[in-house]
Parts: sequence; C-alpha cells; structure tokens
Amino acid sequence: MKQLLLGDEAIALGAINAGLSGVYAYPGTPSTEITEFIQTNKVARERGVHSRWCTNEKTAMEAALGMSYAGKRALVCMKHVGMNVCADAFVNSAITGVNGGLIVLAADDPSMHSSQNEQDSRFYGKFALIPVFEPSNQQEAYDMVASAFELSEGMKVPVLLRIVTRLAHSRAAVEVGELGAENKLCPSTDQWVLLPGIARKKYVDLLGKQEAFQKASETSAYNKKESAGQKLGIVACGIGYNYVKENVGDNADILKVSQYPLSPKAIKAFAAEHESILVVEDGQPVVEETIAGMVGADYPIKGRLTGDLPRTGELTPDCVAKALGKPTGPAFDNAKNLAGRPPQLCQGCGHRDVYTALNQVLAEYPDYRVFGDIGCYTLGALPPFKALSSCVDMGASITMAKGAADAGLFPAVAIIGDSTFTHSGMTGLLDAVNDKANITVVISDNLTTGMTGGQDSAGTNKFEAICLGLGVEPEHVRVVVPLPKNMPEITRILKEEIEYNGVSVIIPRRECIQTAARHARERQKAKEANK
Amino acid sequence: MKKDIILCGVGGQGILSIATIIGEAATEAGINLKQAEVHGMSQRGGDVQSNLRLSTENIYSDLIPQGGADVVISMEPMEALRYLPYLAKTGTIVTSSKPFVNIPNYPDEAALMAELDSMPSVVKLDIETVAKDAGNARGANMVLLGMAAPFIEILTVEQLRKAIAVIFARKGEAVVEANLKAFDSGVAASKK
Repeated sequence: MKQLLLGDEAIALGAINAGLSGVYAYPGTPSTEITEFIQTNKVARERGVHSRWCTNEKTAMEAALGMSYAGKRALVCMKHVGMNVCADAFVNSAITGVNGGLIVLAADDPSMHSSQNEQDSRFYGKFALIPVFEPSNQQEAYDMVASAFELSEGMKVPVLLRIVTRLAHSRAAVEVGELGAENKLCPSTDQWVLLPGIARKKYVDLLGKQEAFQKASETSAYNKKESAGQKLGIVACGIGYNYVKENVGDNADILKVSQYPLSPKAIKAFAAEHESILVVEDGQPVVEETIAGMVGADYPIKGRLTGDLPRTGELTPDCVAKALGKPTGPAFDNAKNLAGRPPQLCQGCGHRDVYTALNQVLAEYPDYRVFGDIGCYTLGALPPFKALSSCVDMGASITMAKGAADAGLFPAVAIIGDSTFTHSGMTGLLDAVNDKANITVVISDNLTTGMTGGQDSAGTNKFEAICLGLGVEPEHVRVVVPLPKNMPEITRILKEEIEYNGVSVIIPRRECIQTAARHARERQKAKEANK
Repeated sequence: MKKDIILCGVGGQGILSIATIIGEAATEAGINLKQAEVHGMSQRGGDVQSNLRLSTENIYSDLIPQGGADVVISMEPMEALRYLPYLAKTGTIVTSSKPFVNIPNYPDEAALMAELDSMPSVVKLDIETVAKDAGNARGANMVLLGMAAPFIEILTVEQLRKAIAVIFARKGEAVVEANLKAFDSGVAASKK
C-alpha cells in the first residue's frame, strides 16, 4: 500500500513496522515530526511504544542505549546540533556496542533554515567508527530503518541514519510494508563497563569490525553504480543523487552512495574507470576529502572544496546543473518591488512583553548586555526589540552571562525559555549560584517548546522548585505574568533584581498563544463530544 | 506530463492546506508527487513556500529548478514576486491582490501591482472579499486554489473538488460545502 509521507514520517512508520519499542528525542527542526508521528500512531500507542519527549539529546541517547541493552529496538532522533549534546554517550555507545538494534537519527540542516550551523553528521559517524545510512528519497528512508536495525543487531553497533531538511520535510508516496514484531526483553550479557582496561579491548573489537562495515557498504542495495560510458564519474551521496538524475537522467556514470563507510575498493575501481570525479554531497565535503585520500593526490576530484559546487548551503538542482556544465537559469530577473519578510514573534506573545520590559529597564544602564538562548525568543534579537547580544547554543545564556559577570560586566542578563532551561540551563545556574555570580536570569516560561510547534516542556510547573533546589535564594525567585497591563510591576521587579548583587531568577509565565489556542480548540471539541 | 508549482505566502495563511488538497488529488489520480514544505522558524509570520512537483514520470529532485515553475500560486502579491526567478517563461502567476503588510519596508503598492501586471501571465483577485461574498471568510485559500485550478492541468477541476471533499470530510458536511463554494467562485473568477 502506498502512503503520502514526509521523509520524517517515512522513518517513523518504518521504525514502527520494524518492531520499534521506544523513540527517544528532544524536539528540533527538522527532526521533530518523527517522534510526533510515533506519538499519535495507533499501532505504536496500542503497543505502548515509548515516545514521550526527553529533557535533552543526551538523556535521550542514554535511555535509547538502555533500551538496546535490554534487548529491544530503540530509535533516538535529533537535529544535527543535538549530536553535540549527546556526543559523549553516542561515541561511547560504539565502544560498548548494542544488544537490541539502535538507530541514531541525525537531521542535518544545510543552509541553516532553522539552525546555528551546518555541521555534517556523517563526520560523527566516521568519528565513532560506525556505519551510516543516508537515504536519497522517502522510500529509502522507510526501507533503511529496517535495514539499519538488522545491521545494528548483526554487527552489534549503533547505526547512524543521516537525513537533511529537504528529505525530512518533503512528501512523496511510499510503499509501506507489513508490521513486524517487537523484540522480547533479553538483557545483554556482554561487558558494558568501560573501565580503561575493558574499553581498550572493546575499542580493538570495534576497529576489527571496520572491514565488515565496508563489505556491508559494498553489497548494500542502497549503493549502486550506473554506467553510460562517460569520462566523468559522479559520486552522488544521499539526496545529491536526485539533483544529478534531475539534470542528466540516465546519461551519466554515477556511483550512488547511501551507505557508509565508503569502500576504498569501490572508490578506487570507479576512479580507474574515469578521468575525473565530481562529488555531489549535501552538507560538508566529507566524501570529497575521504576520496582524495584514496585515489592519490594527482587524481582530479571536483566538488565543494574546488568551488565547482558552492562551499556553503544546501544543494539545489541549479548548482548541480552548473557543476555538470548544464547551466539552467531564471527566465525572469529578481523582482524590483520586493522586501525581506523575516519571521517574527507572534502578536500577543508573552515574550514580546518580556522584551518590552527588559528594554525599558536596561535603557538606564549604559553597559548592559543580554545573553540570549535558543527558541522563539531568539527573534527578540531582530527589530523592533534588538534586545540580544548573543545566541550560541542551548543553555549558553546563563553561563555566558556568568562568565561576563565574572569579568566585571554589569548588568549581565540571561534570557532563556522554559524548555531550553531544563534542556541545558540548570547546570549553568548551579555554577552561578555556587559562585554567587552577579547575574539576572529571565526564564521566559510559555509552558511549551514553542519554536518547534508546541511540544510538552519537561519542566512545566517545576521551575520555582528547580531554582530553589539549585540554591537560588527564595526572595530572588520572582514570578510575573507578561501582559502589557502588568508592565509597571514587571519593570519594578526587573529593576530590583538587577540591582541585587547575586543570582536572581525572574520567571515571566504565560502560555504560548499558539498552544493556548490549540488547547482551547481541544477543550471545545471535548465539550461537544460530551454533549 | 509534468507540472511544477510553487505555493507561497506568509506563515499562517494556509498554503499547506492547498498543498494537502493537490497532494490528495494527485495520489488519487495515480500521479507522482513530491512536495517540499517549510517548517520551524519560517512559520512565524515570515515568508513561506512549498515546492510541489506533479508528474506522470519519475520525479527526482524535491526542489524545482530556476525557470521551471509552471504556476506560482500565492496568498500575497509581494510573495508572488519573490519567486520570479523560479517562474518558467510560459508560466502563470495566480495570486491574491491584497497585500499583507507586517513589515515596515513593504514596497509601494502601486509599483508592486504594476510590476505584477507587467508579467506575461497573471491572474489576481481579492480572494478574501470573494471568500466573504461566498459566505466563507476563512476560505480565501480555497478561492485561490479554484483560481489556480485551470492552470494545474495535470489534474482536472473535478478531481480537485473531490479532494476538497475528502480532506474536509471529518469536519462535517457544512465545512465541505463552504469550501467547495469558495473553490467554485475561484474557478469562475479565473475564467472571466
């Protein structure tokens, strides 16, 4: 049966049908829809497949590893930068090995549609020395989940499944297979204690599997060679394959790469059959660099490093056409009457009131800085507020404010959302408390993870308790309701807490207007259903 | 046969509903489809677009090349202009004529309309007013889909009507009827 599915949904359904027992994730564009699909899927609900959101990617990765230890199939999903958060657990999971199949799904975001960088997760696959799958289309995304679980269980290692925004958020018809059984509980009897002496031995074991990983790539149904007798050989990775086919159809020599590690044997043979190679890969030049080390310094390789394809940004049919010497181009020039329309905070959003108050209070201090964080409220950096001096990574607002305060900066203000605070802000707040740093932390609590579409937030109803537990003094944990009518009270409290020499936390709390509207609709529906 | 369509507008205007209906109609008709959407940050009142590709042949790229779009369907006139580099030489722009101004530097409206009118093939209409007149103020996107229907070609107007009925079925008969009425008034306006 064919179903119209987003790439993300294809992966989710593929996982359920492959006997998934748990998905572990923190929301992050473009990976969010995978977990959301499993949360609302009938079969997954009936089976009790774990799908509740985790506090961050590290807790997600570790819980998934625990489920694998117990013998069941687990999926952990994140956006690319989430790989940095879970890297400790991720890299070491290759050393412990797995029991039940374990797939780590990383959704990369070349062109940074919703991200801070365009790091390529295939590097993490190489780094951890594990196999990587990279689907070229929605059907492969579906099929690969089962293949990856089998490979994971067969080789006893986690497998990285790498997708990009354009696959995650693009829909196509997918042929869906049968529902498979879950694994039974069967805890591992292997050695998982990574004491140095044991880890050294297990690392050698992992290195010993590399040849088998290469063999798996060589015989993979997802890697194939197409020949048309051309002098140019094209190595097309993941969705790069689509842009090549779009431009040259069957009239090209292509080595399609959708499963890694690269096989040196296959690459050397392909190079020998051609005069030069063009590498078409979405993301960073991972394969281009690797191939250069396989075919010798004199062999001509073209790609992102040589400028034949752009060094930054996602691939497009147009830039690939240019690299293939088949320039396409617009029929019409850019319009003259055109202005940028950046995203902005919703009208009526509580974050707006927070920034209005902050800007008003801070105007009295010549040297203030506001350290921002990741979420809808990062849009406070744009006009009309222009309120932020930084936004780096999840949780950095509090720790950067602390470091700046340590250096003598005053006032040092941090603004962080509720979900970001529990994700990675709590430990930084503990540092600040222990150092009695002179910072003012604003936890702008909209009772949800707003930016990614309103997922449940791990700390809802717990923020005062968390702050007190971490040692913030009770009289310096202040809660306000961010509404225009409360402006005098909010500004007064902000001023008092900025003037306090120590850690203070102000929690403006009002539900996200998007989730509030959704909840109102749901209540209305429930009411009608009960009539 | 193939049709490449760019759907665009401002976040929250309902372009994904249009995409869903065309997708349903295409699936029902056994036509291949790829539809790249925009999620996440870009939905917050910023510009949004979706690349919709329909073909009787295999479709590879999720994205439409420059100069390749047969139709640009836009909920907002300036947003229609944003995708001129993607419009095919023989392509058509189907757009709402009513600006959505949520930025301080929105271009001069008369100049904007003149530029739109200078394009070889344009259909524009105040879809919100038409939707209101059809008794369905929230159906502006269905009016727009109706206006675009004659240009989609690879799907018939009747196939699109059926898809509307399927997609809105769970919201009840009245909602289906209201949306079909909005759609029909769009089709009628397009033929004028």
